[in-house]
Amino acid sequence: MSKQPLIDLEHISKSFDGEMVLDDLNLTIHENEFLTLLGPSGCGKTTTLRILGGFVTPDQGKVIFDGKDITNLAPNKRNLNTVFQKYALFPHMNVAENIAFGLKISGKTDAYIRDKISYALKLVNLEGYEKRNPMSLSGGQQQRIAIARAIVNEPKVLLLDEPLGALDLKLRQEMQYELVRLKNELGITFVYVTHDQEEALTMSDTVVVMNQGYIQQMGTPEDIYNEPENAFVADFIGDSNIIDGIMIQDKLVEILGVRFVCVDTGFGTNKPVDVVIRPEDLILGAPGRGVLDGVVTNLIFKGVHYEMEVMANGYEWLVQSTVARQPGEKVSLFVDPFNIQIMNKPASDDEKAVDPDEYE
Amino acid sequence: MVKTKSFLQKFYVGLIFTILYAPIAVLIVCSFNASKARTIWGGFTLDWYVQLFQNEAVIDAVKTSLMLTTSAALIATLLGTFACIGMTVMSKRSQAVIGTVTNIPMLNADIVTGIAIMLLFVRFMNLGYTSMLIGHVTLGIPYVILNVNPRLRSASKTTYEAALDLGAGPVYAFIKVVLPELMPGIMAGFLMAFTISLDDFIITYFTKGAGINTISTMLYQEVRRGINPEMYAMSTLLFLAILLILFVVNRIGAKQDEMKVY
Repeated sequence: MSKQPLIDLEHISKSFDGEMVLDDLNLTIHENEFLTLLGPSGCGKTTTLRILGGFVTPDQGKVIFDGKDITNLAPNKRNLNTVFQKYALFPHMNVAENIAFGLKISGKTDAYIRDKISYALKLVNLEGYEKRNPMSLSGGQQQRIAIARAIVNEPKVLLLDEPLGALDLKLRQEMQYELVRLKNELGITFVYVTHDQEEALTMSDTVVVMNQGYIQQMGTPEDIYNEPENAFVADFIGDSNIIDGIMIQDKLVEILGVRFVCVDTGFGTNKPVDVVIRPEDLILGAPGRGVLDGVVTNLIFKGVHYEMEVMANGYEWLVQSTVARQPGEKVSLFVDPFNIQIMNKPASDDEKAVDPDEYE
Repeated sequence: MVKTKSFLQKFYVGLIFTILYAPIAVLIVCSFNASKARTIWGGFTLDWYVQLFQNEAVIDAVKTSLMLTTSAALIATLLGTFACIGMTVMSKRSQAVIGTVTNIPMLNADIVTGIAIMLLFVRFMNLGYTSMLIGHVTLGIPYVILNVNPRLRSASKTTYEAALDLGAGPVYAFIKVVLPELMPGIMAGFLMAFTISLDDFIITYFTKGAGINTISTMLYQEVRRGINPEMYAMSTLLFLAILLILFVVNRIGAKQDEMKVY
């Protein structure tokens, strides 16, 4: 993948009605990258996308696109296209007219437009739908038309605003593969906004986790999942056990009165930290065989695995395993040192884990 | 038991329709009655209609009415539509306030509105065609807003942005995308403003200058002078015209609903 920077957001700040939505945001988007802005509602991800699209002008900062400052350029003058959350198809035009809309404005010949329409419909697997009324199509089909309408203009960047939000689970998973295939076939940059961590991890080259107007962490899906930088990221991406701990020295952390060997260094000595252990990294064994002993208090079948709560040393651990243990059963917990993730304590509110009721 | 129930249902509906439409039916029958006496059937005739169209006062009133109503409805539609578009960029609070304020003329007693408008106009200008026109525009605007606003609120903002996103300038996007979406609402609003204006008596009565008559004020004057079957014919025609417009408005409404089902 080429790593040429394409878009630079420099020191972007924006507030609405006195409420700070973005605070000094800096972000570089590369050519041919699938970048996802991920975060709970109100984290500033949609505002960032709208600033890129030109629908919102930042209070401060610059948007550099391909070396040019486009901060104050009108949306219709930008070489990028958006797939809107609710598709925003034109109801009084048929599918072909919808797709031709941008091409007609740029003054393309009829033959070129006809070719482009059939090419785009083929790309989104809706051949022969030219004369259909978009309102008569299903949500998934409308979504594909919206994508076709955007990509025929050959934008350098496609902005997607929670495009799968209104689709059911099965269709959503299908569309995730479709989008990645499309991106590879077109060879353009995708900037994708979602609050769904699974979508972000599945499709992206780069995930940008946002909360309260700040970028919390940016990296590959693996980095974000395996090495969360703070409690917010750890909590938002997947399930996790976040426990108070004390870093005794390099590679040794004390949690709930027990010392664990870990692999992290550089936190200093006797420093309070947050410790993250993913539920699938906790291994259940016979009592006395692990690091901690406890009792199973709850068991839920989740399909792929069982989810259990284990009370040990005064903490209720979330554990995922393919083997079920009945409530009341005595067990031990073991964790590989490699799977213990140490994080600094939150420096501000936005780095804290969020109450799950606050986001969908 | 069931039979009785269904009979009662039908009877009740029939009763309501009789009460509602019997007077109009009598009026229509009288307009074709050759006898001038209301209680005697003197045979079928179209004489009253023929006479009606030879009566210059009537022709004048019809012309005035059509001119006034058409221009008032057009102006109200234009102003109302612009008002709706302007409201979209306001805060939620201002939108709610303006929404309520524009509804007041609809609910307010016509006589109050009529007298108020007259008082205002008497202060600044002579009562005449212009004052009538302004009065009728005032009457129509709330109905236009009532019809256009829901359509604007539903989807046009995102489709407008989508058009800009695809390279359209603001004017092109408005004409090609927003206006077609609003059109059913604008048409319904226009026709309702037209009907209300054509129907109106009270505001016309208070704002009209001497010597000008619309159909309704002319009817009122004629009836005071003495009952004349020509006026039955006139009323029948007015009733049919409004029935036709309402029919068209309902058709537009039905189409709008169809569009929402997907």
